[in-house]
Amino acid sequence: MSLMPKRPVLDRVRSFEEVALGLPEDVAVKEASRCLQCKSPRCVTGCPVQVDIPAFIRLVRERRYREAIRKIREKNSLPAICGRVCPQEEQCQGVCVLGVKGVPCNIGALERFVADLEFEEGYDHPAGRPATGFRVAVVGSGPAGLTAAAELAKLGHEVCIFEALHKPGGVLMYGIPEFRLPKRIVEAEVEYVKSLGVRLELDRVVGLSDTVEELLRDYDAVFIGTGAGLPNFLGVPGENLCGVYSANEFLIRSNLMKAYEFPKYDTPVRVGLKVAVIGGGNVAMDAARTALRLGAGEVHVVYRRTEKEMPARFDEVVNARDEGVVFDFLTNPVAFHGDSKGWVSKVECVRMLLGEIDESGRGRPVPVVGSNFLMDVDTVVVAIGVSPNPLVPRTTPGLEIGGHGEVRVDPVTCETSIRGVFAGGDIATGSATVISAMGAGKRAALGIDRFLALQQGRGGR
Amino acid sequence: MFEVKDTRVLAPGIKQFVVDAPTIARKARPGQFVIVRVDEFGERFPLTLVDWNAQTGVIVLVFQEVGVSTRKLGALNVGERILDIVGPLGNAAEDARYGTAVVVGGGVGIPLALPRARSLRASGNRVIGIIGARSADLLILEQEMKAACHELLVATDDGSRGMKGFTSDVLRELLVQRMHVDYVFAVGPVPMMRAVAEATRPFGIKTVVSLNPIMVDGTGMCGSCRVSVGGKTRFACVDGPEFDGHEVDFRELGVRLQTYVKEERLALEHLQRSCRCK
Repeated sequence: MSLMPKRPVLDRVRSFEEVALGLPEDVAVKEASRCLQCKSPRCVTGCPVQVDIPAFIRLVRERRYREAIRKIREKNSLPAICGRVCPQEEQCQGVCVLGVKGVPCNIGALERFVADLEFEEGYDHPAGRPATGFRVAVVGSGPAGLTAAAELAKLGHEVCIFEALHKPGGVLMYGIPEFRLPKRIVEAEVEYVKSLGVRLELDRVVGLSDTVEELLRDYDAVFIGTGAGLPNFLGVPGENLCGVYSANEFLIRSNLMKAYEFPKYDTPVRVGLKVAVIGGGNVAMDAARTALRLGAGEVHVVYRRTEKEMPARFDEVVNARDEGVVFDFLTNPVAFHGDSKGWVSKVECVRMLLGEIDESGRGRPVPVVGSNFLMDVDTVVVAIGVSPNPLVPRTTPGLEIGGHGEVRVDPVTCETSIRGVFAGGDIATGSATVISAMGAGKRAALGIDRFLALQQGRGGR
Repeated sequence: MFEVKDTRVLAPGIKQFVVDAPTIARKARPGQFVIVRVDEFGERFPLTLVDWNAQTGVIVLVFQEVGVSTRKLGALNVGERILDIVGPLGNAAEDARYGTAVVVGGGVGIPLALPRARSLRASGNRVIGIIGARSADLLILEQEMKAACHELLVATDDGSRGMKGFTSDVLRELLVQRMHVDYVFAVGPVPMMRAVAEATRPFGIKTVVSLNPIMVDGTGMCGSCRVSVGGKTRFACVDGPEFDGHEVDFRELGVRLQTYVKEERLALEHLQRSCRCK
C-alpha cells in the first residue's frame, strides 16, 4: 500500500544504508495531484508546526520544487528530517480528508522529496530580520534546540547553541539509526541552521561546564532543550548483568560512535546470536533492527501489551517484521539470569493479560500467575522509555520541576519559573516526538522574541 | 580542539599530560572527571581530573597506556591536539572537616588520590596518605603525595619500595595498631578498593571510593556506568563518581569492567596494523 520504494529486505538486513528510498519524481507529482487543496485544510492543523501543506503540495504538482521547499521552510527548519521521522499517519495524514474513504495523501513522502532535491542542489537562504543585538543561548542541539535556534536567528537574534556531545543533532544523531535517518541528512540540516548565523559550541555540558545562571550573564535569554536523555530500566533482578543494554547505550554506541564499523571505529558493541529487545515503541524497533544489522541471528521484541497498543509507528513495525524481527506480545520480563561469568543468558518472563482500561486509554497489563518461563538470550536491550535529563534541573536553583523531572513551562510562551529562561521539547513534556519538540522550539522562539521585545521596550537594549 | 602543552612519562606506560582546556579548568573541582575522544574514530572514555589551573586554562590528566584509546592519547606529542574533551563531569567531592582522613591510592589511582588529599587537607583534616603499586618503578607521584599529606605510607607488592604488601594491609595495620581514623578515601583497582572497604568496615569508618566504570557519554544518557550501591542501581557519571565504599557491589563492577576485553584486543590489533603506534 505504501508508495515509498524500499530497499529489498535481503539487501538491507545486514546494511545500515537507508531503507526508504524516496519517491521518484513522477510518482511524487502524481501523488501531489491527488491533494484536494481543501479550503480549510485539516492537515495544517494536524501539523505541530503548521506547515502550509496544500500550498507546498500544489507547488510540487506544478513541479516548482524550489518554491515548494521554501514554502515548507517558512515553518519548518528541518524538512528532510521531518519527512522521514514524523508520525504523519497521526498528524497531517491522519486527518487528511482523502483518508476518510481511501488513502490519505502521502504528505511525508512529498516533504522528503522536495527536501532531498534541495539537499542535492544546495540551500538558499532567506533574508532574515535585521540584527536586533540580543543574544540567546540555546542548550542542546536536538530537534527542539535546532528549531528554536533557527527561528531566533531568522528573527535577528544572535544565537549560540551549547551541545554536550561531540556532534550536534541530539537524538537525531545518537538515537535514530542511519538506516532510518542518514547522518549526512542531519549534518546538512545542522549546516543549514548554522548558515543562518547560529554558533555552535560542542563538548559543553550546561549544568556542569556552564550553569544557566552563568549563561544569563552573557545572554539575554536562555532556551533549555536538553531532552529526555535518562534511560529507564525495569528494576528487575539481574538488570546489571553484562550484555544488558539500555536502548540509549546500544544506539549511542551504534549510531553516534559508529560501532557498526568496529574496529575501524574504536567503540565496540556486543551483539550475541539471540537478542531480546524489551518495549514496544519506535526506539524498540530501532534497537531490534540495529541488532539484526549488527549480526544477531534472532531478534525478539518483548512487549507486555498486544500489537494494537504498541506505540511504535505502524510502518516501523512492518519494516521490523519484514526484516525478521519476532514479536512476543503479552510478555513481560521479571528477571534476567546470568552465566558463571556474569553475562546475561536467560530472560525470565511472565505472560500478561489485558485488564481494564487504564489512564493511558489502553488495557492495563496484568501478569498471569504461574506463567513464568525462560527465554535464552545473549543480549538484551531495554527500550522502555527515557526520563528528562536531570543535569540542568539539578544545577539551576529556582527552576520549577514537575513530578516526572520535567521542567515546568508556560504552555504558550514556554517560559519557565525563571525570568528569561525558556524550555521545550522532551525536557518539558517527557519523551515525545521529534516534531512535537520542534513545535515547542518554535513556540519558545516566539516567546523569547516577545520577551526580548519587552526588554527593549523597557530600555533593555 | 585541545592542545597538549606538556607530556611526561611518570613510569613505564604511565603518562601525564597537561592540556589546554580553559572552559574545563575554570570549573573543575576535586573528584570530577572528563570524557576524552582522541580522534574522529575514537572512543569516548573517562579520565579523572588530576589537577587544573583556572588562570592558565590547563588541566592535568594521567593515564596508563593499556587499550586503544589510551595508546592513541599517549602517542600525541606536545603541540598536537585532542579532538574532544568534555567536562568537568560528575559530582565534586564533598569536603568536610572529619578529623583524621586517610587517602589511599593504588597504581594509576594515585594521581586521582592527589587532588583529594589536597582538598581534604585544605578542609582542615589531618591527612595520612597510603600509596602502593606493583613495584617501585610503577610507583608514581610519591613526592607530590608526600607534599600533599601530613604523613605518607608506601607499599609495593614486591617490597621494592616501602612495605611489602597491599595498601589495604597498611591501612588495616594502621587501624588495628594505633590510629583513630574518621574518614577514608580510596581510589585504584577494583580489588584494592574492595579490600580497603573491607578493612574499614569492622571499624565503622566512613569510606568513600571513586569508581571508574565503562562510560560512553558521561552525562547520564547511556547507563553503561551503572553500579549497584546499597542494592540500588546508580549511574557513576551523574550520581558519582564517589560512593560509599561499604555499599558498592565491587564484584558486579569488576565483571562489568571486563565487558569488552575481547573487543579491546581486536581493536588493539587493528590499531597496530593500521599505524605505527606502539
